[in-house]
Amino acid sequence: MSKARQSTLRTSLVHVALIAYTLVALFPVFLTIINSFKSKQAIFGQPLRLPGPSTFSLIGYETVLKQGDFITYFQNSTIVTVVSIFLVLLLGAMAAFALSEYRFRGNTLMGLYLAIGIMIPIRLGTVALLQGMVATGLVNTLTALVLVYTAQGLPLAIFILSEFMRTVSDDLKNAGRIDGLSEYAIFFRLVLPLVRPSMATVAVFTMIPIWNDLWFPLILAPSESTKTVTLGAQLFIGQFVTNWNAVLAALSLAIFPVLILYVIFSRQLIRGITSGAVK
Amino acid sequence: MGSLELKNIRKSFGSMEVLKGIDLQVKDGEFVIFVGPSGCGKSTLLRSIAGLEDVTSGTVLINGEDVTVTPPAKRGIAMVFQTYALYPHLSVRDNMSLGLKQAGTPTAEIDVRVAKATDMLSLEPYLKRRPAELSGGQRQRVAIGRALVREPELFLFDEPLSNLDAALRVQTRVEIARLHRQLGATMIYVTHDQVEAMTLADRIVVLNGGVIEQIGSPMELYNRPANMFVAGFIGSPQMNFIEAARVGEAGATIGIRPEHLGVSPAEGRFRGKVIHAEHLGADTNLYLETENAGLVTVRLFGEHRYTADDIVYATPEAGKIHRFDENGKTIVA
Repeated sequence: MSKARQSTLRTSLVHVALIAYTLVALFPVFLTIINSFKSKQAIFGQPLRLPGPSTFSLIGYETVLKQGDFITYFQNSTIVTVVSIFLVLLLGAMAAFALSEYRFRGNTLMGLYLAIGIMIPIRLGTVALLQGMVATGLVNTLTALVLVYTAQGLPLAIFILSEFMRTVSDDLKNAGRIDGLSEYAIFFRLVLPLVRPSMATVAVFTMIPIWNDLWFPLILAPSESTKTVTLGAQLFIGQFVTNWNAVLAALSLAIFPVLILYVIFSRQLIRGITSGAVK
Repeated sequence: MGSLELKNIRKSFGSMEVLKGIDLQVKDGEFVIFVGPSGCGKSTLLRSIAGLEDVTSGTVLINGEDVTVTPPAKRGIAMVFQTYALYPHLSVRDNMSLGLKQAGTPTAEIDVRVAKATDMLSLEPYLKRRPAELSGGQRQRVAIGRALVREPELFLFDEPLSNLDAALRVQTRVEIARLHRQLGATMIYVTHDQVEAMTLADRIVVLNGGVIEQIGSPMELYNRPANMFVAGFIGSPQMNFIEAARVGEAGATIGIRPEHLGVSPAEGRFRGKVIHAEHLGADTNLYLETENAGLVTVRLFGEHRYTADDIVYATPEAGKIHRFDENGKTIVA
């Protein structure tokens, strides 16, 4: 940003606003993490205080790692999230490519139909989904979750990706056709590398709701071997007694895998959000 | 090797008919240029020849073989695009060799062909670079190189010079002309720039509204346009059209090219006032508001001292008047 166009006052106001928002957004995360390192008494006594020598305690983490099979829960969450993202990106990109590239009867209608999923929450169909899973014997499997999350993520993915696919030059695709590339090769080798930033955007938007979801794991896959982290953390929330140390420790641990995935995607993500905004 | 025949090609997008029955024969080794205003269907026609668009009806024959439903890669063609359309993630060498690799050409053969194309286009220093590291002119040369290595029956160019600046355009134009002579290959070239058409083509196909208005050599089109559209499209500045009755001539409209009008300060056919004068050094263009012929453009060679508001007389050269009937068709004398 050139200095000539930005007064110091304006810049600092913008920064104040951004910093304020960052603080608001990060505060719950910060609170969760500091309290996860404190003894139970300290959590209730001084919830905003940083863990000190007298209040520091790893009891929460010890409980989490001893009680319940958290390694399995993490594994389940990771499998479900990664497989769902992969399917959403693959199928979403393919559908978006077809919608933006080929002229066929009902193209617009099909696009609208697929976009409707953005507006109608998938949870409305929970009962039908559960009946379906029971009928197909998929209850208490990770497959059930992957299927549901893929369906949940696809509408937005198709919507965002087809906009980006339209920006890929027709000449480039045609050059590929003349060079004898198949439609699949054009899709995978020419188009996908060019829309990579938007794929990262979609990946992040898809990943977070899946990782954090409690609803579907609770309904479709509550068995011990298929529990996800968010569901596993509920173990410590009882009707009368809640083991806050353990809950906070479990939630703190649950942040890290998402953080890692986010860092992987973030460099691409920033390009994805700003491209199109600036030519 | 390398002939093309189009038989009654029609193409519709929905209810919009873009090509309304195109017939054309291109002989082996010919350089044919499609010109016309934007939206006349010239690019669609080229894409139909390439197989990138399916024609609604009609037949495309390359070397006498019906290729109407053959996929682009199997038609023996190569195409150069306006936007270069280089693969951004591949090096120059890989850009050129991708098509051959796809076709399963042996590596040794690919190397020979790439070396030959590189040599012809002086691309040697850039082989390892990515397209993003090249200038516009270099990118277009790579795109031409990619077409060359395919050793096609037919080269197709889709406005290849439109994205280049004026100096590069002339340079690349000369390069394409040289390639055509060297290779003796058949080339089909689409442009909206009549200078490119006039300077490169063996034959020009003038298209308008999805139909062919006229096919002919550049000089045929210039000297004997079939109708007012072609007369107005070829030549710059544009031909002057004057209502015949106003100046006492036969036919509905007469056309006089600006360069076929002489100007004198004393006497002549059309008396008029100079409303604007363009001094280009080699040429001087005068825009006259004449009393009986309306607005008339005159192109004089060399430098002249006319300025705005001068009163002058313009006179057409003998035998250089084109006559058109009320449908715009040329009346052959």
